[in-house]
Amino acid sequence: MRPFRYHRPDTVQEAVEIAAGTPGARFVAGGTNLLDLMKLEIETPPALIDINRIGLDQIAETPEGGLRIGALVRNSDLAADARVREHYPVLSRALLAGASGQLRNRATTAGNLLQRTRCPYFYDPAQSCNKRVPGSGCAAIGGFARGHAVVGASEDCIATHPSDMAVALRLLDAVVETVRAGERRRVVKVADLHRLPRDRPDLETILEPGELIIAVVLPPPTGGRQVYVKVRDRASYAFALVAVAAVLHRDGGGRFALGGVAPKPWRDEAAEAELRRGAGPALAVLFGGARPRHDNAFKLALAERVLASILSQPSGVGR
Amino acid sequence: MSSIDPTLSRRDMMKAGMVAAAASVSPADAAAVERAATAAAAVPATLVVNGESRALELDPRTSLLDALREHLHLYGSKKGCDHGQCGACTVLVEGRRINACLTLAVMHDGQRVITIEGIGEPGRLHPLQAAFIRRDGFQCGYCTPGQICSALGMLDEIRQGFPSHVTADLSVGPEATDLEIRERMSGNLCRCGAYPNIVEAIGDLAEVRS
Repeated sequence: MRPFRYHRPDTVQEAVEIAAGTPGARFVAGGTNLLDLMKLEIETPPALIDINRIGLDQIAETPEGGLRIGALVRNSDLAADARVREHYPVLSRALLAGASGQLRNRATTAGNLLQRTRCPYFYDPAQSCNKRVPGSGCAAIGGFARGHAVVGASEDCIATHPSDMAVALRLLDAVVETVRAGERRRVVKVADLHRLPRDRPDLETILEPGELIIAVVLPPPTGGRQVYVKVRDRASYAFALVAVAAVLHRDGGGRFALGGVAPKPWRDEAAEAELRRGAGPALAVLFGGARPRHDNAFKLALAERVLASILSQPSGVGR
Repeated sequence: MSSIDPTLSRRDMMKAGMVAAAASVSPADAAAVERAATAAAAVPATLVVNGESRALELDPRTSLLDALREHLHLYGSKKGCDHGQCGACTVLVEGRRINACLTLAVMHDGQRVITIEGIGEPGRLHPLQAAFIRRDGFQCGYCTPGQICSALGMLDEIRQGFPSHVTADLSVGPEATDLEIRERMSGNLCRCGAYPNIVEAIGDLAEVRS
């Protein structure tokens, strides 16, 4: 791990001011992904700003009837919150489908959104990777790409976004609140937070340097039957091959989003208009422009079967 | 603000002098010296380990696991993968189980840490340690400290009503069934494959407590 300066501010204001004065500094909260990448020297920040003592660890009801989740609420606490379990069960389910008990106790809401891909070529400094070293090429394209993206990728990068939580937040139309030194608070839809790789896979979000996520805000509950189905290589503690988050209503309408198939949570409201016609027509829209590889074409069929199985369940709570 | 500015320490004033001296030699040497200087900038951190307050001066890169093993000489917590994949380093911080390898010691300044050494020792074993022996919950034993710390944290999570991936109904408090124990212990690998006996040992303790 490269040496770095360690800062431990007590307030949000101090944190963003340190960030503004320290180019390349990174905020660290749970650290479960960032510190791992620093050990491998894939991340080499000159300074770490430890934000674990600045608050932001509460979940509060909003005047609109939604929930405002502090950026530092731990994944295990968010999944267990009684209001989340009752009104946003798809979010609890998504969180519980990810990582391990130890990691969920440490990982935070904002950190989960900003975690980086687990593409094995990104993690291996001996391989070329445009995300790690811009312009160096992509060893995943033409390599073993079983776990990689089938849609939304580019000729420069086919990595997936690894988060389960982010898929549920995208489904629920959540927004993030951010602050930056000397600027007004801004609000960004989770849908717009992550960028597609195009020709700059190293740029993963629309956040500016020194910009800090302070909260994730959920709109009022949608009701409906909520499910999160994750298919993976092990029964537990593995990233998704395909995950489907859905909210379904009695009239046959609803919404759905996919994880494990794209560089960001993958949802298209136009595809949801086809839900009443079934999984096939809905996914034909969502997978428009898909470019599967030899190793990962199975994800298209797998997603359709998972969605079909969800649609075929008349009631009850899915898992 | 409790921010630690390493430039304020006497040691760093000396290092800064070294950088200035090296800069007159060549920029590459200067960079190397500066890197070494930053590495040496120790940050104070006090950990309350197994009930005892331990004041440390640490390179901020030091993981909590390395602080326990290399600075406090508590070798019970194991370094398996050092990447959060195996769970052998699991300890309890402020009562919650975490991977000690994926967190910096300085981030836990002032916090309480329980390691396997604080749970029991020969002659006064914790009931879970006794259950691991009774049920033969290990072969080589390398993962066992992490398994035991993780299991104690996990059983506490069940008591507090934390749901898991296999909890059928999110509105009902979970119980320590074999299915729940297996899911909740998935962050602790055992390469000997002692899982069936580990589940039995944890189940024994869960029954006693329920």
